[in-house]
Amino acid sequence: MTADTDVPPIVDVPLTPDVPPIVEMRGITIRFPGVLALDHVDFVLRPGEVHSLMGENGAGKSTLIKALTGVYQVDSGSITVAGSPRTFTSTADAQAAGISTVYQEVNLCTNLTVGENVMLGHEPRRGGAIDWRATHAEAARHLQSLRLSIDPRSLLSTHSIAVQQLVAISRAMVTEAKVLILDEPTSSLDRDEVDQLFAVIRELRAAGVAILFVSHFLDQVYEISDRITVLRNGSLVGEHPIAELPRDALVTKMIGRALDDLDALSRTAHRTVDRSGEPLLRAEGVGKRGVLEPADLEIYPGEVVGLAGLLGSGRTELVRLLCGADRADAGQVAVHGTPVKMTSPRHAIDHRIAFSSEDRRGEGVVADLTVAENIVLGIQARRGWARPIRKSEQDAIVAEYVEALGVRPANPDAVVGNLSGGNQQKVLLARWLATSPELIILDEPTRGIDVGAKADIQRKVAELSAQGLAVIFISSELEEVLRLAQRIAVLRDRRKIGEVDSSETDLDGLIDYLANEGKGSAA
Amino acid sequence: MTQIWKHRLFWPLAALITLIVVNSVARPRFLTITVRDGQLYGALIDILRNSAPLMLVALGMTIVIATRGIDLSVGAIMAVSGAVALTVIDGSNDPGNLGTVLVAVVVAVLVALVLGAWNGFLVAVLGIQPIIATLVLMLAGRGVALLITGGFITTVNSAPFSYIASGYLTVLPFAFFISVAAIAALALVERRTALGVLTEAVGINPEASRLAGVRSRGIVWGAYILSGVLAGVAGVIYASNIKAADANAAGLFIELYAILAVVLGGTSLAGGKFSIAGTVVGVLIIQTLGSTILFLGVPSAQSPVFFAVVVVVVVVVQSPRVRRALGSMTRRRPSTTAPDQERTKVAA
Repeated sequence: MTADTDVPPIVDVPLTPDVPPIVEMRGITIRFPGVLALDHVDFVLRPGEVHSLMGENGAGKSTLIKALTGVYQVDSGSITVAGSPRTFTSTADAQAAGISTVYQEVNLCTNLTVGENVMLGHEPRRGGAIDWRATHAEAARHLQSLRLSIDPRSLLSTHSIAVQQLVAISRAMVTEAKVLILDEPTSSLDRDEVDQLFAVIRELRAAGVAILFVSHFLDQVYEISDRITVLRNGSLVGEHPIAELPRDALVTKMIGRALDDLDALSRTAHRTVDRSGEPLLRAEGVGKRGVLEPADLEIYPGEVVGLAGLLGSGRTELVRLLCGADRADAGQVAVHGTPVKMTSPRHAIDHRIAFSSEDRRGEGVVADLTVAENIVLGIQARRGWARPIRKSEQDAIVAEYVEALGVRPANPDAVVGNLSGGNQQKVLLARWLATSPELIILDEPTRGIDVGAKADIQRKVAELSAQGLAVIFISSELEEVLRLAQRIAVLRDRRKIGEVDSSETDLDGLIDYLANEGKGSAA
Repeated sequence: MTQIWKHRLFWPLAALITLIVVNSVARPRFLTITVRDGQLYGALIDILRNSAPLMLVALGMTIVIATRGIDLSVGAIMAVSGAVALTVIDGSNDPGNLGTVLVAVVVAVLVALVLGAWNGFLVAVLGIQPIIATLVLMLAGRGVALLITGGFITTVNSAPFSYIASGYLTVLPFAFFISVAAIAALALVERRTALGVLTEAVGINPEASRLAGVRSRGIVWGAYILSGVLAGVAGVIYASNIKAADANAAGLFIELYAILAVVLGGTSLAGGKFSIAGTVVGVLIIQTLGSTILFLGVPSAQSPVFFAVVVVVVVVVQSPRVRRALGSMTRRRPSTTAPDQERTKVAA
């Protein structure tokens, strides 16, 4: 990573101690194997404020939250809640002290009713047995206070993620939380749902609840926050009232460098690709019943093809069929003009096609193995078990990719499960690049990772495609697709609806195409 | 003092050493090794010899568990393998012939290999849950063994066959060398090839491994075949020891002791990371414990209780919670070197 440029780490805490803080964390230090996760970080939360915690992946946001909620024990430093020093050894301790958390992935039981979820562990009892009538009545009262008029007796799974998110918040309110931590609460919500959530947050703030808000969306941070604390690489960069921290200054503080180079990337998209020869990969009528209608796709060497479409549009399904992760029941795939069998990931790998899944933890990294073991896993699998990679060779490969992709910590022996999402993604990219593929399929490589790592990955994609690597790039963020891809295949409702040349369209044009193209004729 | 107690093998080794110390205090002769005709005898030697069947079975179990599996059929495979070996020897004209015994052993182990391959087929190809897949053979295996021996306990008198369990190769029992050979072979394959890390990868995250191009089917299948073969050899040793094929008693409950040995050695039942050395120590703990119970004169009816108490203590001491509690007692100041066995999840 580049050195810190013109931004000296400013430590200017506390700002205006007009209200006594509800939470005061001082000199918090937490170590993990091979990682200094937090290094003497101070953090102050006051009643009646929305305080955003900002930083790249790996900056220490989650670690700080987990220290506050009792998931991790601090190695040094003090935590003071409502004026008295505390040592939390479990999440129950933190909850008892009035600190509640709503995580990114909703931590509720979808097979229980809304009321049961809200009241879980706090059900009113009568003669030892749970008084269900009172339970649901009280749940309804809590839901009402968040203006959520749903039946507490309905199953949680029947509601949208947004409603589940709000149910999780009302569950936090049952414990009469004085501090509410919202970790990426909006990542799966649409605009209206975000508005609903923000209305609730504002009411809670007015009621004097201190809210710690974490989000990757800058717009939302600026819309809701009163104050921002910025972390970088486990250290405190500074605490600022929102009005005193313009966006570009925030981004610069978060990543320690300006983002100009990302704009320079857009030139990739306008590169002309030689499509005169044989395509590297040609898919004809590839489909699977109930999954994807037969679709065609061609990719030439050095080309970046973007797949655009909403979640569930068939974009992931298409690439999984192309690389044998799932079996197609129709169509034909040809590599360099020769039809090939593509019924297992091995076939794809043998034809130098690499596929990096969107599910980083579930289908990507092997969490308990080290960075080095994860990186060479692809090569090792190709070679087979009988021909192990020599230690010296392994060290060279790992060192090369850790350096080239900026994996942090740059420690080959660090356990991958301990790395942040962005760094896990880099390890995955390294695994595939190490197998020297001719085509690499990246499904949502930038989801849930910070701006810095996103830029690193996009830069690498642009660089490699310029050198002749073919890339299929999937992202929910259409700007990214437009920036990187020369050609964009658009999917909707499990059907490929067409292709657009990215030099002939812009974001609005692409959204319009995605939403409306072919609507009339199909109906 | 660089936090020796945090090493994965510390607690298993401590338990083993404690057991040995307790024994040698209770009966000073425990540590005595006598030399007769250039061969070593004594309680420790007995432990090494008698542990051979459990050692083989537990080694196979370690690899199976590393793939997220479990093999309940090992005891039944032992019974089948013993029955096959004895039937071959019994049916020959010359039971005392070395060639006959060699053929018998090879056939027995081949049959065990087929049974292991059957387990592997059910798990790796058909995708049946390992506990169910191997339960089939666990229940059916002893019936097969009885079928082979015609419902009788076949006994033989064959010097070369008896040698396998009771004979001495130079100064030490032959069975001990079988154990050592199996341990060495497994450790070598794990270290010198990529099989160890690929097995762990498959055990930790099967889907990620498949997408990374690992031929996980072959690896899982191979683990059950290995477990079957090792159980087959264990069955031969057992039969050689009693000079008979006892389909009902051979390897009874050994699957449970093998699983226990693996867990005592620090390999998680959740699969993934495994430790051959840990399993070896685990087996020695169980064997020493058995010998202790025998020596202390605990009535056989109560011996399982005694056994269970000791095992509970060892398992509790190894549990993450207790280890953490012990850790906070010794860690008053933040350590400068991060402990490498703690796998705390950090999602920052």
